[in-house]
Amino acid sequence: MALHFELVTPSKLVRSEDVHMVVVPGAEGEFGVLEGHAPFMSTIRDGAVQVYKTEGGAPENIEVRGGFAEVGDNGLTVLAEHVED
Amino acid sequence: MASLKELKDRIKSVKSTQKITKAKQMVAAAKLRKAQAAAEAARPYADRLAGVMGSLASKVSGDSAPLLLRGTGNDQKHLLVVVNTDKGLCGGLNANIVKEAKKQARELIAQGKSVSFYLVGKKGRAPIKRDYANQVDTMYDTSDMKNPDFAEAEKIADELVAKFEKGEFDVAHLVYPIFKSALSQDPTTTQILPVPAPETVKESDAVVEYEPDEEAILEDLLPRYIKTQLFGALLEREASEQGASMTAMDNATRNAGELIDKLTIQYNRSRQAAITTELIEIIAGAEAL
Repeated sequence: MALHFELVTPSKLVRSEDVHMVVVPGAEGEFGVLEGHAPFMSTIRDGAVQVYKTEGGAPENIEVRGGFAEVGDNGLTVLAEHVED
Repeated sequence: MASLKELKDRIKSVKSTQKITKAKQMVAAAKLRKAQAAAEAARPYADRLAGVMGSLASKVSGDSAPLLLRGTGNDQKHLLVVVNTDKGLCGGLNANIVKEAKKQARELIAQGKSVSFYLVGKKGRAPIKRDYANQVDTMYDTSDMKNPDFAEAEKIADELVAKFEKGEFDVAHLVYPIFKSALSQDPTTTQILPVPAPETVKESDAVVEYEPDEEAILEDLLPRYIKTQLFGALLEREASEQGASMTAMDNATRNAGELIDKLTIQYNRSRQAAITTELIEIIAGAEAL
């Protein structure tokens, strides 16, 4: 029961890990992605991607700008032009 | 024959040149490793984006496709975006890039198209201006950029897209070196605008949900795709520059070494000859007494 989450910027692969849930700030509203989510594609607005490593745990926030999210068979991929560390 | 003093000075000057080329070679080797790593790190993003673009572009076609994909409908005004380095000391790299750019320009002109240039990097300016003085549209300066920077690629891409939307050109080609190894960098030309339709389309049976709709996503994605391509070109340029520089400086260092050996032999011979002459003079003088 884990979602494979990848966060990629033009300069590097920021994250590639298995997590419980990720909440993505989509252009038309936030959406949470769990394992087994249906294929989905969305542009995202500037904001924080919340990564829940475990169920019920505190989320980790990653600020992204200029992004795009894709949910496929192999998990969630977020492409962002800038990531604030 | 050169005097002893002259030879000595010559050896000294070649030695200091060798020091410079050797230092440059070592710097280039270190930078090359970094540039290669950066190029490697950029690949996942480019691959993913190209994949998404491919699956989207096949779904959106015809008149509803965004301008960047559809093109202006004309094929008359061509823009060559030539990516050169800012610094020299890198062998024939810039000459080869310019040669490729001029070849493309000649072919396009032979087909009756008009050609203009968008020059990135300093080293392409002079040789291209020599032949196409009136067709150089813009010279983009990247000399204050230490490492390939995505923001820089963004600026170039924005400028290109703005020009494209204003109708200043119909087709843009990107001319840049592809880094193969420290010994070979191939200048290549690819079309960047309008964005060429991707060839490989992997069809997945799953129904993908889009938010907002396909066209809106594509509209958002296309400029980003162009930026990524320009960023890739800047990374390739950096790796090529350092690779070519390393090879050229290695050669220069070796040549300097050979020259020093030759001059040293010549110097020693002249010194020996001078000593012998002096001795003969002394002996001859002593005998005469």
